Parts: sequence; structure tokens; C-alpha cells
Amino acid sequence: MSLLRAEEVSKRFSGLSALDAVSLTVAPGEIVGLIGPNGAGKTTLFNCLYGVLAPDGGRITFDGRDLAGLAVHRRARLGIGRTFQRIELFAGMTVRDHLLVAERARRGDGALWKDLCNRSRPTSDERARADATLGLLGLDDVADRPVESLSLGRGRLVELGRALMIEPRLLLLDEPSSGLDHRETDEMADVLDVVRRERGTAILLVEHDVAMVRRVTSRLYVLDFGQLIADGPTAEVVADARVRQAYLGDTV
Amino acid sequence: MTDLVSYAIRGVPIGCVFALMAVGVVLTYKTSGVFNLAFGAQAFVSAAVYYETRVRHDWPIWLAFLVAVVALGPAIGYVLDRALFRHLRTAPPIARLVTSLGLLVAIPQMVQIWFGNSPAYNPLGIAPDPGRIFRWGEYALDANQVATILVTLLVVAALTVLFRFSALGLRMRAVVESPRMSELTAINADRVGSSAWMMSSFLAGLSGVLLAPLFAQVEANAFFTLLVAAVAAAAFGGLSSIPLTFAGGLALGVLQQVLAGYLPSDSVVSQGLRPALPFLVLFLLLLFWPPLRGIGRAADPLAGVDPPPPAPAATVRSSGMTTMTRVLAVATVAGFVLAALFWFDAFWLLLFTKGLIFGVIFLSITVLTGMGGQVSLSQAAFAGVGAFATGQLVENFGLPVLPTMFLGALVAAVVGAVLAIPALRLDGLYLTLATLAFALMWENVLVPQTWVSSGPLGVDVPRPLVGPVDFTDDRAFLLLCLVVLALVGLLVLLVKRGTTGRYLDALRGSELAAASIGVDRTRARITTFALSAGIAGLGGGLLASQVGRATPTDYVFFLGLFWVVMVVTLGDRSVQAAITAGMSFLLVPELLSRIDLGFLPEILNPADNPAAIASILFGLGALTYAKHPEGILELQTRRSIERVNTWGAALARRRSATVDASDGPDPAVANGPGGPR
Repeated sequence: MSLLRAEEVSKRFSGLSALDAVSLTVAPGEIVGLIGPNGAGKTTLFNCLYGVLAPDGGRITFDGRDLAGLAVHRRARLGIGRTFQRIELFAGMTVRDHLLVAERARRGDGALWKDLCNRSRPTSDERARADATLGLLGLDDVADRPVESLSLGRGRLVELGRALMIEPRLLLLDEPSSGLDHRETDEMADVLDVVRRERGTAILLVEHDVAMVRRVTSRLYVLDFGQLIADGPTAEVVADARVRQAYLGDTV
Repeated sequence: MTDLVSYAIRGVPIGCVFALMAVGVVLTYKTSGVFNLAFGAQAFVSAAVYYETRVRHDWPIWLAFLVAVVALGPAIGYVLDRALFRHLRTAPPIARLVTSLGLLVAIPQMVQIWFGNSPAYNPLGIAPDPGRIFRWGEYALDANQVATILVTLLVVAALTVLFRFSALGLRMRAVVESPRMSELTAINADRVGSSAWMMSSFLAGLSGVLLAPLFAQVEANAFFTLLVAAVAAAAFGGLSSIPLTFAGGLALGVLQQVLAGYLPSDSVVSQGLRPALPFLVLFLLLLFWPPLRGIGRAADPLAGVDPPPPAPAATVRSSGMTTMTRVLAVATVAGFVLAALFWFDAFWLLLFTKGLIFGVIFLSITVLTGMGGQVSLSQAAFAGVGAFATGQLVENFGLPVLPTMFLGALVAAVVGAVLAIPALRLDGLYLTLATLAFALMWENVLVPQTWVSSGPLGVDVPRPLVGPVDFTDDRAFLLLCLVVLALVGLLVLLVKRGTTGRYLDALRGSELAAASIGVDRTRARITTFALSAGIAGLGGGLLASQVGRATPTDYVFFLGLFWVVMVVTLGDRSVQAAITAGMSFLLVPELLSRIDLGFLPEILNPADNPAAIASILFGLGALTYAKHPEGILELQTRRSIERVNTWGAALARRRSATVDASDGPDPAVANGPGGPR
């Protein structure tokens, strides 16, 4: 039983076929990679899965439910979390606040009257859950710092933490290692392993760093010119001649 | 059929001017991202200069036109671009909007100072022989109308040549796509921006001069109202297509005249509908016109390379200082209230009370702009809705006044929500435009209706009477206003610190990321907008009750602009800034009127012209918003905290130096907290 299922998803931009009948599945608790050269349609597919773009054809289901026409925040409440290629943090908020606001959003507990009765401070339960995630990601030492003061690597972890607070069953990660150095990339890979192991979260990630893809993903999809050219266990796909030619430049 | 054609022909000249204005607005919006709200003010400048030279000094047409339009128009555009808008390209949209709003408030007053207060009747057009009528069979146009059409055709031809065939036109089209990208191909995007501003301002001046003969006198307000028609035309072109924009302007002018010709002039419907047409068209376009969807999503592939403006550095204030400032603030407020109760004469008592009421109204702007990051130009209209609703409910149903004020606030909140629901699906700018349309529609169409205002004298809103307490006593009323202000202030604080405030913070930080954790943007925004409208409505009710009635001239459109400018200049993030702004709104003109600089000409003397000078001060003050979005008050607070911290550090150093001399080193003191950051 797959958690996310995309069937024959297509998207055209005025004549340009960005996605041509792409199908993929993600099972609960597995880490799946999506790779392809620049312009292959990875981000377009992500945006379709995520609801920023509406596909022209095909069907996307999450846990058996059709996602067509569902707004981004509704998909988030169903349990799809995401991080961004270009980091998107809430300027002026501390790390802990990022997690707390996500926790509150998960509970859907934002009625105006509660604000007016001064009953909207973070509860001890909410704080404990935020602390647990901070600990998981190793962000305890910067918990009360504003996000502007963090390095990009730490910032990406905050994004991940914020996404984890909504207890996603599926995480969509858009190039989690972009802009990170080797050490930070390794750390990110470790964290993703831990997240999958400890929380059973399924992860679909777009990634350019082949070493990272090999390390964390168990299966791989390869897109080129909007078409799926290969899929299967990571080791096999990376060895595939067509993939090497289209994407890896035959160097690995 | 003949009627239809002749009405339509009569609409062509005015449609041409709408089109010129709309193209001018689109030009700068596309090249610099600034939606120039001050466009109407610029049109007014040229119209006034043309009137002054042509009518008052009897210059020849060509010379007056050369000075007022060809020279002055582009010159203003150049100055605005160099001094302001060029530096705002990477600023958040709200900063650009506030800057042009500040200009809209300041420019007409500056012109007025130079132009004089005496009314300018019977403006002349640009036609050499205005009395001449051109006839084709049964159709006729006068000389000014023909001149307008000819000038427009000339401009269209020039623009076509420019964009199709010239290098500058090509560069402009490149800059529209992406300023950064064009810079990488060695195009000076700044210079292209300057050209666009000069062209746009030329069109502003031109349309000002062409429009002037349509009115009985040259007066700033008329130009703002017409700007809505231009904005509607620009919306028709999706804020980008110049040919479509042009067609939109033309169509609107024709439609207006055809409607005017066919609707019976005495029916209630047509009296309401005719002036409302541009606003209605703008509303409908904002709601249903597909080209407006998806505008504002970053289309520039290099949009991300400009770093976001740095957040203001956090200042650390010690708990001792916080306590001290709080005690001081409470003492000041209490002192003022006691003084007002026991020492002020009736005049100052009323003024002080009014200041408190404006504190309430301005808190609505704190909620919407400071917390929600949206700019509304219709806060005066919401105050008016609250006031008139209170008055009508009291008069027609005999309800008690005090609870009815809250009912009036509720009515304003509902109106606000109804206005916001459609507009919020679009980008922030469209909400501002929708509020602009609503504010002008409220003033020109709704307020004149008798079911709203009961005629030009307005409707009675008596002072409340609660049990034994009669609030016709000014001191009692002052206390009532103080209590309401405290309650509303508390409400704003609670919302700000509560979940709604956190959601709004998140949305301001990144809408995309906020949605990714499940924050419902539309819901948060509608809540904010309705809350803000409700607070403004409550303040409006209080204000009307203070003077005893709500009249149509109390809540005019322009006031709403001035309020926004005032609050964002002083600070839109805190309750105390809103209250300070409320007090300053009344006290600054009052104090200015006491500064008698007799050596200045009467028009420049604050004592003779306090309101205009206050408008200019605050209008220009808003130009600081882009640099200090936290507002002047917050900025000064931060500076003084830093200063105190520096003193503290110096003191600690000196003390440690003395300690050094006697007892040896004491590093804990030398490196202690409180150093400058």
C-alpha cells in the first residue's frame, strides 16, 4: 500500500511539456529520491504534488485520498510537510517559535476568542514536543536565537524541524543539501536517517548530490525532459547506462 | 442608434485621458514595481501650474504647456526616481506603497501652498479656440475634446514606435522581465527606470492638463477620483499589457457616457450608478478578470539574489529599565488624564478626548498594517460606517447609544469582511486597490444616500446615558473614551501575542512556508481585516458621539490616507505608537497654529496654515518608512536604549578602572553585560 501515488501526471507550460505522464509512488517509511538534470521537471512535479501548481492531467492521491483542488495548507494538515530549495524562514522569529507556531497550526487551535481570553500561550505539552524536535535535530543551543543569525545549514535544519512539527507522514524535501558543505551535507543525511528510523516518516527528496542520494535513498526515480527514464533500487538506477548518460555525465 | 453613437463619441475624449493615466500607472508599475498612488497628485501639479500660467498670468498656450507638461512632468518623475523609488526596488511591496502614499498626502498640499487657497475657476484647455465646435453630420465635439483625441493619438504613435522599434523600448521590456538579468547583459536598469518614471510623469502631467477643463475648478480631489477609472483600466490590462490598458480606458470612458445618456437622470438607480461605475468596474475586474490571477508571484528568475532587508537589530534592555519606562509611561498617562480632568479648559479637554478616540481608530491600522502587513485606504470609510450605523440604529430603533456603538463596530467589521473576502484571494496590492475603490465609492455614492447619512446635515449620535452616568458631561465622556481605548489596546495586545498574531508574523515572514505548516492565509487575513474595520467603526461611533452627530464631511477619503501615513510614520507595530499618533494627529496642527512666524508669507506661516503644513510634514515623514519600517518612535526608543547602554558600559568601565587601581583586576565588571551592541 503506497502512501503517495502519482498516476500519469502531466503539466504543460504554453506548448512546453514539463511533465509527460509521470507516475511515482512512495510507501510509508521509505526514503525515495528524485533526480534529473536541470530543467527535467523535478520542481514542477514537486509543485504539483504540493498543490502550488495544478497538473493538467493525471491523478495524485495521498493515503488513498485524491488531492485534486486541495489548497496547500489543507495538504499540510493531511500530513504532507515540505522544505524549500530557497530557504523560507519566518524573519524575526526564534528557532523555538518556528516550531511552536507549526505545532499550534497542527493542532488547528487558533480561534480568535482564545487569544482574547489570553489562553493562547504555548502549553507545557507543546513546549515539550518542540524541545524533543530541537533535541532530535541538535538545535538546542540555538533554540532562542533569531533565525537570521543561523548558518544556512542550521537554517535548513530549522525548516526540517518546522516541517516535522506537523507530524507529517510524508516529507517533500527540495534539494536539502543545496548550498551546504560536505560536513553539513553529511549531518543532514544523518538527520534524515534518524527521522525515518525514529518517526517512520516517508521522505521524497529532490537532490543533486549523488553521494547523499546513494546514502539515504532506497529507491530512485530519474526524470529527463519531463519523462521518467528510470526507476528502481538506488544502486541499480545509479548504475544504469541511460541514467549515467543523461544525468551523471558518465563520471561516477 | 444615433443617440448611442453620439453618446459614445462624447465618451471618447474622456476615455482617452483615462487611457493615458492608466498607461502612465502601468509603465512605472512594470519597470520599478511601484504602484504610484501619487499619480493623481502629479496630474494635479501640472494642472495647477498650467492654470497658474495660462489663466492667471495669461501665458500663450504653447509656453504654458511646455512648462507645465513637457518640462515639469518628466522633471518630477526624474526627481522621484532618483530620490526615492530607485532605492526601493528591493524593498518589500508595502514600503513602496507607503512611500507613494506619503507623496499623495504631501504633494497636493505643497502645490496648494504655492498655488494659494483661492479657488481656481474655469480652467482652460489646450485648444487655441475652445469655443469652436467640430461637426460631422449629427455628431459634434468641441475643440478641447478634439485636441485631447489628437494628443492621445500622438502619444499612442510615439509609444508604439518606442516599444516596437527603439533600443530604449527593448531595454524597458527587458527590465520589466528582470532588472537583475538585464543588468547582467550590461543594461543600466536604473537609467531605464528613470526613463520610465519620466515618461509616466509626463503622462500624469498631460492627463492633468487635459482633464482640467472637465471640472468647474482645479481641485486636487477630482484627480484622485478619476485615478480610480485609470486604475480600473490598468487592471483591465492585467497591470501589464499596454494595448489592453489603453482599450480598457477608452471603453470605460465610452461606457460611462453611454450609461449617462441612457439612464433616466432622475432615478435613484442612475444617480447612484453613474458615479459608481468606475469603482464597480474596478471591483468586478479585481474579482473576475483572469489576467489578474497569479500576478505578484515572483516572475523574475533572479528575484532571490537581492538579500531581504535586514531585520532591525534587537536591543537588549535590562529588566530595571523596562520597569522604569513602564512606571514612567503609566505616570505620564495618569498625569495627563488628571490634568485633563481637573485643569484643562473645555477646549483642551475636547481635544484631549478626541486624541484618545483617534488612538482607538489608529489601533485599527496597527492591527491591519503593523500585524497583518496590509495597507487599507478605507479606514475613514469604516469609521464612517460605524458612526452612521450607530446613528441610524439609535434614531430608527431607539436603541441605547453605548451598546449600539459596538453594534456599529460589528456592522463595520461585517462590511470589512465582505470587502476583504474577494480581494484577499489576490495579492496584497489588490486589497489596497479594492479599499481605494471602496473608500471613494463610500464617499461619492453611499454617503449621499439618505438611508446612510440622512442628508447633508447628517444623523444625530447622542452621548450615551448609562444608568445614573450621563456622558454629556465632557469629563465623564473622557473617562469613557479612556476605558474604550484601554480595552481596545488590550485586545490588540492579546491578538498580537496570541495565535493569530503568531500566524500573521509567519505569513509576513513567508506565505509559502506558513501554508506549508497548515496556516490558512485567507482565514487569518479576513479575521485581521474584519477586526481592523470593527475597531475603526467603534472609533467612528465614539467620534460622532463626541460632537453629537455624524455628518457626510466627517469621514472623507483623504482623511483615511492621512491616518495611514501618520501611523506608519510614527510606528505601526505597537499600541503606544498608535496612541501617540492619535494624540499627535490633533496636537501637531494645534501646536503649529501657535507658531506664528510673521516674517514668512501667510501661506507658509504655520499659524495661518497648520493643517496643510502638518499634512506635508507627515506625508514626507512617511518617506522614511522604507528605511525604518518600525516607525520613528520605535527607532528613537532603540537609539535611546543604545545610548543608555553605552553610558552604562562607560560607567562600568570607569568604575572598574577605579577598582583596578585599588583592589586589582575585576574582569567580571569590565566584561559585564550592557555593552553597546
